[in-house]
Amino acid sequence: MRTRQMELCGWGRALTATVRAWRPERASAVTEVLRAAREDGVIVHGGGRSYGDAPLNDGGDVVMTGRLDRIIAADWQTGEVACEAGVAVGELMRIALEHGYAVPVSPGTGFATIGGCIANDVHGKNHDRHGSFCDHVDWIDLALPDGAVRRITPDADEDLFAATVGGIGLTGIMLAAGLKLRPVPSNAVDMTETPARDLEAFLEMQEASRDRHTYVVGWIDATARGRRLGRGILETADDSQSAVTAPPRRRRRMPVEMPGFAMNRLSVGLFNALYYHRVPGRGRTRRVPLAQFLYPLDAIEDWNRLYGKRGFYQFQCVLPDAEAPAGLRKILAEIAGAGRGSFLAVLKTLGGEGRGHLSFPLRGYTLALDFPAKPGVTELLGRLERLTLDHGGRIYLAKDGAMTPQSFATMYPRLDEFRAVLETVDPDRVMDSSMARRLKIRG
Amino acid sequence: MAAKDPQPQVWLVLGASSSVARAFARVAAEDGADLILAGRDLEDLKCTAADVVARTGRAAEVLDFDAEDLASHEGFAAEAVRRAGFLNVFLTFGAMPEQEEIDADFALAERAIAVNYSGAVSVLHRLAPYLEAQGAGHVVVLSSVAGDRGRLKNYVYGSAKAGLNTYLQGLRARLFRKGVSVTTIKPGFMDTDMTWGLDGMFLVASPDEVARACLKAAKKRRHVVYVPFFWWGIMTIIRHIPEFIFKKMNI
Repeated sequence: MRTRQMELCGWGRALTATVRAWRPERASAVTEVLRAAREDGVIVHGGGRSYGDAPLNDGGDVVMTGRLDRIIAADWQTGEVACEAGVAVGELMRIALEHGYAVPVSPGTGFATIGGCIANDVHGKNHDRHGSFCDHVDWIDLALPDGAVRRITPDADEDLFAATVGGIGLTGIMLAAGLKLRPVPSNAVDMTETPARDLEAFLEMQEASRDRHTYVVGWIDATARGRRLGRGILETADDSQSAVTAPPRRRRRMPVEMPGFAMNRLSVGLFNALYYHRVPGRGRTRRVPLAQFLYPLDAIEDWNRLYGKRGFYQFQCVLPDAEAPAGLRKILAEIAGAGRGSFLAVLKTLGGEGRGHLSFPLRGYTLALDFPAKPGVTELLGRLERLTLDHGGRIYLAKDGAMTPQSFATMYPRLDEFRAVLETVDPDRVMDSSMARRLKIRG
Repeated sequence: MAAKDPQPQVWLVLGASSSVARAFARVAAEDGADLILAGRDLEDLKCTAADVVARTGRAAEVLDFDAEDLASHEGFAAEAVRRAGFLNVFLTFGAMPEQEEIDADFALAERAIAVNYSGAVSVLHRLAPYLEAQGAGHVVVLSSVAGDRGRLKNYVYGSAKAGLNTYLQGLRARLFRKGVSVTTIKPGFMDTDMTWGLDGMFLVASPDEVARACLKAAKKRRHVVYVPFFWWGIMTIIRHIPEFIFKKMNI
């Protein structure tokens, strides 16, 4: 099989890697890659939607799974589907909706692959109600680092399964997975948007909504300060009984990179103010296609170019319920004070722990936002990391590109269990990534 | 007068594990056709068949086919026709060893000729009588711009494709008399596992683009189609470079 030397970056474009890339077109070719992997190991690069260095392997090999994109079984009576690891979750969603089902959990982009959703045990806007992605995974066909292919299940392979889901690709190369879809009455949701004037009001509204609605998500104005700190718009949504005929979505592209200076305090503040005031004070309710609700940014294919050549970091943490009000106030004040609030920040609730050793969620509040990679950004990220730690929180590996190994080990208390599995399945360290080295995940 | 496309449409895809063949299977099924996917890796073909069924609800089945096993083609053609009833043919298999590899191991040259020329001619010739008998339908063959002129970089592959292109001209004339169209597709660079990581690639077409162009060309009963179209211009220039200059060029 041919390989290609290339430069890769995470979705944030701030971190890059020079890799030898493989792009197998069938499952049988994947074992060939594992045999050929060299000292710096191999990691999968799926949809390339992880922001930091999770899908990178500087100096080593990557396997691009974009051509392993087939649905290999679908039972539209039961909602059980099996698909190859490179199927985009939005594509599976589109097909499922045609048959009266939804992918039960989906991240904020439809371009993430099923393999990536599993490797990061992603969550959606419905975590309180439906949990993490891997709560709906029945089995995974995993090419182990020694080349053997095994179908692993949560019951028969408890440890290996827990290490694989959320394990950022370090247990082997996923070939396919079986999922249970969720029956839905239509392809749409009824969505209500309500403005929240400050953080206290926002948290109250989220708390009142998390058990009442299927989907709950808040867009927060991270540039607002003082008495407006933490203001935002709460979106709640539930399955709609009637469908909408979705107009074919026009995909726009960012033809060029925005110059770095375009993202400044003024423009970002203005954008956020406009975004906040677009919703009337009493709120409004609309029926929208589920895909549009879940993937608002997918309408602009490469919106990551918005931040210019140097790219950006995304910061996403979760704080436990009890710590959230105080912790979020400090974090938001830190961000607003630094004048670096991003143009769309997200605040939402998570319902509980995931199945994986390194699953991100815990019951609490999660905040996500972008920072242009300008001088001083790593210091800011360091301060936010500290605040997250102080409040018993955790930083999301799918987004991270800056955390320290010490913080990582503290935030993920099941790391020892994870390492024990890796010792067993990958003693020769065939699997490796830039993130694994940076965070010393293997110890 | 062009013959009307009868219903139902079935496409027999030869070499169905390639990325272009997979893309074609999806595109043709979306367009309302059923599929017979033929190739050697049946496990892989079953995945593609399941994918087509899940995405489009059309029928898709798999059939064992080895382009190099010429003796099997007679029986293969009969079986394909028995299953399909009425069929259209999309031939996409090929082998593209690099010229340097061929120079080091002549067995690769034999294989390039066996697959790209002998295999293609053999299976098409066995299918031809059935196509004549059904009196309608399309044959689309994925050839290459490499057949337009012998180049230093891949003249064994190119000569096999040139032979195939000439064969297709004759087959076109023969089947035209019975209402069957024969379309020669000449793709430039395609983004497949055969070209992944190759140096000097430009204006690369995705398998999906090529697949859509193939189906469209079949329906329009085109003769020879460059995909994407601008390769017609590029190859026209390359064909017209005088030999005394061309032989000195490194392309």
